[in-house]
Amino acid sequence: MASSTRRVLTVTASAVALGLVLAACSGGSSDSGSGDGTAGGSDGGSSDALDAALEQGGTIEYWTWTPQAEEQAAAFMKAYPNVTVNVTNTGGAADHNLKLQNALTAGSGIPDVAQLEYQSVSQFQLPGSLTDLTEYGFADLEDLYTPSTWGAVTQNGGIWGLPQDSGPMALFYNEEVFTSLGIEVPTTWDEYITAGEAIKAANPDTCIVNDSGDAGFTTSMIWQAGGRPFAVDGENVTINLQDEGSKLWADTWNKIVQGGLNCEIPGWTDEWFAALSDGTIATLPTGAWMPGVFENSAPDGAGKWRVAPMPTYDGTPANAENGGSTEVVPKGAPNPELGAAFLRWLNSDPESISVFLNSGGGFPATVAELQSDEFLGFTSDYFGGQEINKVLVEGIDNVGTGWQYLPWQSYANSIVSETLGQSYLNRTDLNEGLVAWQDANVKYGEEQGFTVSTE
Amino acid sequence: MSSVVAERPGQVRKVRRRLTGLWFTVPFLLVFVFVFIAPLAYTIWLSLFQTKLIGGTSFVGADNFVAVFQDPKFWEGLGRVSLFLLVQVPVMLAMALVAALVIDSARLHGIRFFRIAMFLPYAVPSVAAVLMWGFMYGERFGLVGNLNGWLGTDFSVLSQQWLLVGIGNIVTWSFMGYNMLILYSSLKAISPELYEAAALDGAGQLRIVRNIKLPAVQGSIVVAVIFSIIGSFQLFNEPNIMQKLVPNLISTYYTPNMYAYNLSFTGQQVNYAAALAIIMGVVTAVIAYVVQLRGNREALK
Amino acid sequence: MSGDVSTHAGTTASTTSAGTLASPSGTRTTGASRAKGRQGVAPGYEHLRPDRHIHRSVALTVVMIFFAIYCLLPLYWLVVNSTKDYGSLLSSSGLWFGDSFQLFANIGEVLTRKDGIFVRWFLNTIIYVVVGAGGATLLATLGGYGMAKFSFPGKKSVFAVILGAIAIPGTALAVPTFLMFSSLGLTNTMLSVIIPALVSPFGFYLMWIFAQESVPTEVLEAARVDGSSEIRTFATISVRMMAPGIVTVLLFAVVATWNNYFLPLIMLRSESLYPLPLGLQAWNLEATGVQASPIYHLVITASLLTIIPIVVAFLSLQRFWQNGLSAGSVKA
Repeated sequence: MASSTRRVLTVTASAVALGLVLAACSGGSSDSGSGDGTAGGSDGGSSDALDAALEQGGTIEYWTWTPQAEEQAAAFMKAYPNVTVNVTNTGGAADHNLKLQNALTAGSGIPDVAQLEYQSVSQFQLPGSLTDLTEYGFADLEDLYTPSTWGAVTQNGGIWGLPQDSGPMALFYNEEVFTSLGIEVPTTWDEYITAGEAIKAANPDTCIVNDSGDAGFTTSMIWQAGGRPFAVDGENVTINLQDEGSKLWADTWNKIVQGGLNCEIPGWTDEWFAALSDGTIATLPTGAWMPGVFENSAPDGAGKWRVAPMPTYDGTPANAENGGSTEVVPKGAPNPELGAAFLRWLNSDPESISVFLNSGGGFPATVAELQSDEFLGFTSDYFGGQEINKVLVEGIDNVGTGWQYLPWQSYANSIVSETLGQSYLNRTDLNEGLVAWQDANVKYGEEQGFTVSTE
Repeated sequence: MSSVVAERPGQVRKVRRRLTGLWFTVPFLLVFVFVFIAPLAYTIWLSLFQTKLIGGTSFVGADNFVAVFQDPKFWEGLGRVSLFLLVQVPVMLAMALVAALVIDSARLHGIRFFRIAMFLPYAVPSVAAVLMWGFMYGERFGLVGNLNGWLGTDFSVLSQQWLLVGIGNIVTWSFMGYNMLILYSSLKAISPELYEAAALDGAGQLRIVRNIKLPAVQGSIVVAVIFSIIGSFQLFNEPNIMQKLVPNLISTYYTPNMYAYNLSFTGQQVNYAAALAIIMGVVTAVIAYVVQLRGNREALK
Repeated sequence: MSGDVSTHAGTTASTTSAGTLASPSGTRTTGASRAKGRQGVAPGYEHLRPDRHIHRSVALTVVMIFFAIYCLLPLYWLVVNSTKDYGSLLSSSGLWFGDSFQLFANIGEVLTRKDGIFVRWFLNTIIYVVVGAGGATLLATLGGYGMAKFSFPGKKSVFAVILGAIAIPGTALAVPTFLMFSSLGLTNTMLSVIIPALVSPFGFYLMWIFAQESVPTEVLEAARVDGSSEIRTFATISVRMMAPGIVTVLLFAVVATWNNYFLPLIMLRSESLYPLPLGLQAWNLEATGVQASPIYHLVITASLLTIIPIVVAFLSLQRFWQNGLSAGSVKA
């Protein structure tokens, strides 16, 4: 028994040491490299190393929750028979981040390629957990992608991933509701509120929008209103959820929330899908990836829904991104070069993107696909034969630039409901909720050693 | 002289028997040390440090503990589970006791059916239990919606006033049968001699319940209370899964265990979570221990 | 109630509201006197009780019917809704059947989806249950027996240490446990689920009480006089006396392992190693996440399929548990 106890204690002690060493590493500067000292320098980098790695072959681990991943991996292995890709389906973003974080902390079992939501890139990049792909010549790929998605994977002077999909926002609306009430589809938020009042008046159980304070939706709406509440410059973070755009959104949305024009059905539940099918929810401002979800999960809404550009504040088209993911190569991956090579193929090779679009209904981030006649001319029966992609692609040009997420965005999102959400709950001024959210984030940022300002 | 000789083998045997007892218990203790004590020791160690995204890890001594005591979120969560404990546990145990007594009385048909019907909820994974109850609570399609339709009321379980009751209901549903079974098995173990004696005295059913059955399950109830205290203070699965349904009503610190979870997994504040967990552990263990002592004293009366 | 520590311990029993026959300090009658009292007892002694209030059975039955409705209503919902396809799930009332009866189609879909991964999860769970819950019961029985019937150095502190350890919220222990297992190379293996499942503090505690109550010290002394080794006495005599307790602990351990969620979630990455609840939750996420595959009806059917084996286990163990209780008494 004594020897076993000692063994356990030794193990514990070494695990502690390991954790501390890792923490110390990740806290320091991020120039420790990717374990590859030879390939590429500071002079732009080259993709030769990746071609060599593909030639040589090997096995890589790929963690993702993309439904199309297995099929994409199969196509890749057909093209590069020397390489084996093991796909691990991590379920969803939350569990995925948790597992990735655990593996990084433990320093073992780290995947070669992993999916990350755009909003989580900063959170893994800042502690030095991601490989800078500049050294593999990824800078040359910039022109393939839309500016906003490229912006989402580049920060602090590095390239940390390649965009997989995108989510320029659009206004999905139930045409039946608008026709039966004889109201126009709103093009401005003022019209939107007027329409909301008409819908509520016609049937108190229905509403123009379903929202009870979702983090992703809120940040995208602030983005669309021209707000840039988060600015990250290394260890200096600015949080101002009372900048002009944030206030504009909150003042507008106050009319909806305080006027009781919104429904509060929990999102992504059977009840929500039913409400999308039966006309309870009249509009849904969200990302361009939504049509596939509609078809799959709200089948009874077929024929009723249409797509329009996002309403504006002053008539000038403005838009934002909502959702979307990238793939990255984590630091400490056993086979970073092969991982990077797979990642390059995964999100830039037309064959891979074709699989992605055709077997899952995703919305691409690559300019070539977005501009193709086939894509633009696609008509959807669900949307009454509308050429929805034309509307959705138009929205890309209006996406405002310069948006940044916090380096702790998952945490920030997790506390939205206990701050901003309370304003929804009590139907009080959303600005107060935004301030509460800001205060909590300032406190957290300072606890984590950032220099936080609110100006 | 002879007595010394006679004593020796006995002593040797005694020593050997002492070790025999150890051998029986060691396998359990070994694994227990590996999966409980070692991580616990590690947790205590972690609670003495602070890790920042910027700045790395540093030794902070008892700072984390001091911070927990000054953290209103911690107190709010603790207050909530205490309230939960004071209301839900008595209700659940009373129901379990009534059911156990009724089934034990053998005065109804289909005992086997009722026994399994009551135990079944325990077999339902909490993921599925919350899924089912979440649906029943629904105001549009669920049972609550139907009831409101029939009665013309506007009742909502998923509201600020009733949410904790709704959670308590799910927990009660899940664990009532489980407690019933344990109380029932302890009723079953009552010596028939006691019943015979009672029959000779001409005691009625209620007197038998009061004088024989209730004293017999008192020990079981004390332990049920202890484990219910631990369970309530660690309330996690139900509110965590329900959070998706009512995000604005369930905060990240709704219960201390949820707080610890969100701190370590979403907030990356493993050290602070460790300190919080240790404080909760001490609070829980002390209360459980007091209940154990008091319960036993009561039982002795 | 709190799956975390319980899953950490490998048994929900350890942390959930539970009771047992007595407290370990033994405030009740001693094993020996109780055992004497039980001698010659036949099952079905109920006829010895006063019969005066037999007319109450209607009232009592009504009480139990209320309990049964409460317990079965959500399960009724589960059964009804597992007969629906995705479309009618959203459009029909949850409390009654839809237009078409899709139960068997749903079951077929559950069993064949993604190359039959559900069947794989099912087999994994069987392995976890047999090795984990079986091992937990064995360790708890041995350990509880050792605690009850022998004295050894440090015995008194065992209870306090166990109580203290299970009082710590398991969510906070998850990260340290993960790091430990990781440095031993145990993460993402079946062992990482099985090893924690081997410890059931509640089962240990229950067996301790049970051994104290049901195995008379005189019997052990007699066996020693006969020259029987301790392990042989345990295997041939004591085990049979503790049978009802063993079956109870086994039942709780089986259910706890079957429903184990939190620790496997942390430990496992490969879907092919998942136990059922983890698989269920994976599908639930798939049905409700941004990817939103329309498989909500499969989640419901899969939940139903997950519960059925537990029901079967309970029914088969119940008989043994019931007989064991009285049989154990007779043998004592």
